[in-house]
Amino acid sequence: MSAPTEGLRTLPGGLRLPPNKDLSTASDVVTVPLPTKMVVPLRQHAGEEALAVVKVGDAVLGGSVLGEPDGAVSTFVHATTSGRVAAIEQRPLPMRGEPVGTCVVIDVDGNDQWAEFAAPAEDRTARLAAVHEAGLVGLGGAVYPAAQKITQGLASGIDTVILNGVECESYISCDDRLMREHADLVIGGLSQLIDLVAAKRGIVAVESDKPAAWEALRAAAAEQLDERIEWVQIPTVYPSGAEDQLIYLVTGREVPSRGLPGDIGILVQNAGTVAALAELLATGRPLHSRIVTVTGEGVANPGNYRVRLGTPIADVVAAAGGYNDKARRLIVGGPMTGIALTDDALPVTKSCNCLLITGPAVHLSPEPQRECIRCGECAAHCPVRLMPQSLYHYAPRQQPDTLLGLGLEDCIECGCCDLVCPSHIPLTHTFREAKQAVRLRTNEALRAQRAEQRFKAHVERTATESARSADKLADKKRAASASAIAAIVKRKRRDDDSR
Amino acid sequence: MKFEPAITPYLRPAAGVGAVMRQVLYALVPAALAHCWYFGFGLIINATIAVGVALGVEALALWLRRRPIEPALSDGTAIVAAVLLAFALPPLTPWWITAIASAFAIGVAKHLYGGLGKNPFNPAMVGYAVVLVSFPAELAAWLPPRMGDIDYVHPTLWQTLRYTLTGDAGVSLDALTRATPLDAVRVAFAESQTMSESTSAPWFGDFSGRGWEWIGNYIALGGVWLLYRRIIRWQIPLSMLAGLLVPATIASVASPDNFAGPGFHLFSGAALLGAFFIATDPVSAATTPRGRLIYGAGIGFLTWLIRTFGAYPDGVAFAVLLMNLAVPLIDRLCRPRILGHD
Repeated sequence: MSAPTEGLRTLPGGLRLPPNKDLSTASDVVTVPLPTKMVVPLRQHAGEEALAVVKVGDAVLGGSVLGEPDGAVSTFVHATTSGRVAAIEQRPLPMRGEPVGTCVVIDVDGNDQWAEFAAPAEDRTARLAAVHEAGLVGLGGAVYPAAQKITQGLASGIDTVILNGVECESYISCDDRLMREHADLVIGGLSQLIDLVAAKRGIVAVESDKPAAWEALRAAAAEQLDERIEWVQIPTVYPSGAEDQLIYLVTGREVPSRGLPGDIGILVQNAGTVAALAELLATGRPLHSRIVTVTGEGVANPGNYRVRLGTPIADVVAAAGGYNDKARRLIVGGPMTGIALTDDALPVTKSCNCLLITGPAVHLSPEPQRECIRCGECAAHCPVRLMPQSLYHYAPRQQPDTLLGLGLEDCIECGCCDLVCPSHIPLTHTFREAKQAVRLRTNEALRAQRAEQRFKAHVERTATESARSADKLADKKRAASASAIAAIVKRKRRDDDSR
Repeated sequence: MKFEPAITPYLRPAAGVGAVMRQVLYALVPAALAHCWYFGFGLIINATIAVGVALGVEALALWLRRRPIEPALSDGTAIVAAVLLAFALPPLTPWWITAIASAFAIGVAKHLYGGLGKNPFNPAMVGYAVVLVSFPAELAAWLPPRMGDIDYVHPTLWQTLRYTLTGDAGVSLDALTRATPLDAVRVAFAESQTMSESTSAPWFGDFSGRGWEWIGNYIALGGVWLLYRRIIRWQIPLSMLAGLLVPATIASVASPDNFAGPGFHLFSGAALLGAFFIATDPVSAATTPRGRLIYGAGIGFLTWLIRTFGAYPDGVAFAVLLMNLAVPLIDRLCRPRILGHD
């Protein structure tokens, strides 16, 4: 065990958030009972929605495939207990804006019968296939399919795997509890991941506010003796756990704008993903549950809960003692980057690391929104070194070149600027909308460009075609006139002969 | 259960503009008390007039622009601009000069440019500059500070009020008023006196005019409080003072008879008020850390130039306005490198 060879950097900007973690870290992870109905969205991952491979009325077992990947970035979706498919229908998803997507609704039979699974063979191909077929995705929230990430990493060459045990958002503690209770799985999974991507070393990065998790991991590592693992405790500053930020902090390398960590030889997975990897490589069972922090002023028994994917949020909150009278908002994810849902009938999915039920205090804004006074606090706290005040100034004009030049696409939507803005401007929200508008415009421009190309090609084609047909006509005419003359000459000769 | 939609973040946000402006006003309280002690109640009278006119003009401008009036009036920005303007004006300023300055600051410099956040120029300094060039005689008429050993009868509150409102003090104005230290030294240089002759005058303290030095101390105290509360950042105050004091030190070391030293520049006129309270106005200042260093240094250096070679005794107001002009360029040139960009 040694410290990383490169120096620990300081994050530009960032914030010390009120931790609010004590609410949920006190007790062990509790398993939420099986609900009577599961709602399994076929899009729980970054990329394309999976294609349904079951029909209404089909009996399913735990681990049965419900959806198969459709497209380059997509993955498998499984039933997480046994039952019968009651419906396959469009339902709102627990994502920003609650878009609708295909969901498989399962009437749970309560027997929790599972299909047969076996641990994959030791070779990389078999293991990669197992990771792919298990529907494993990044459980930190980005839900990028793990198999694709590993494959891309193998293609670009990875030297360093970083275990993201930072969990820098306020309130969330699911990785903290996981690292404390299953440190062996986390360290074992990291070793296996290093093998899978053929990296030279792994770095365990844990935030300094999680001493218990740190100690548990060190103890587990002392038993497993993997010489390739290095250790770094990083200061408690939000958003140190964001992928690019963590890479910069730990290695000093910067992920190029619009590039991937793989471009600079790094692969990051969070603690939950790595533990799930270790589990599935040991059993062959697909990803079927995750730990969810249920917390906030508005819930009776805050804590961490192991939840089968597809369980309606209402059932999870009920298992946590239900709402109390302070409940005001339901947030999936943390208070900085989470999504406020309007309905708790929506299910827990692979991305759901936290259910935050906020109380009234959070939503009492002391002052209304005002004009930007250019104080620059947003820029001082931006972990990407953007100037949100300038982006905000130019956002309404929606000019892609200006906004992209100011780094609109580099914004990681961490929300630091929102929190420090004395004018209480919803900056991140503005940037999200601007990104969409710019993408739309760029797409439109692309479409227009393509249409123009098509039109030009069409004009050219018709021009050459008409030229060609004109040539043919001329040939024909020429031929025709030649044959006519020949015919006349022939006739003449015949006439002459007959004379 | 159904919930209402909301947007991120779901944590209590930082203190708002109103709270920030209140902190700025609190930070000015020690200096205001000192000002009243040394120069009488003129500051309070001027501030009352300036704030009243500022709020009235702001309300009028908002009404004409069909904007909600209450939230803008309650943000405290007009009050801060008016109070800073009052600090810049002499204690015995006729009410209509204060009113013109305040109306110009809010009506023209702020609302004609689009209101809060849109003004390229510091409103208080625009208001001050307008009356300074229009009524130079009235703006040069300061009082001598109240110090035990200066033989002088101070105007009472009643006399101050009467003069401010009617232009009649009951006594000769020339008997009441004195030049500011900057003016005195300027006149002395013009009369071919050396700096040491100025500093041997009875009104001169350790660095600058007696009394003025103490007000400067209290302004700096308020400024340090703002730094501690993170209401302002260190770049502008530090670079502005450096921009002023470095050339002043070099010049006075090279030619002590012909140039005032750094201590004199620091404690005279609006140097400290400018560094901590005026140049730090976020709306009209540069917004990047490096840009703020350039912006502040430019103000400091221009202040020194104007004080030393210009036609006016103090140069903070003009220096601020000139650097306001340069802000868009400075901000464009000092954009930080985005993480992951070349």
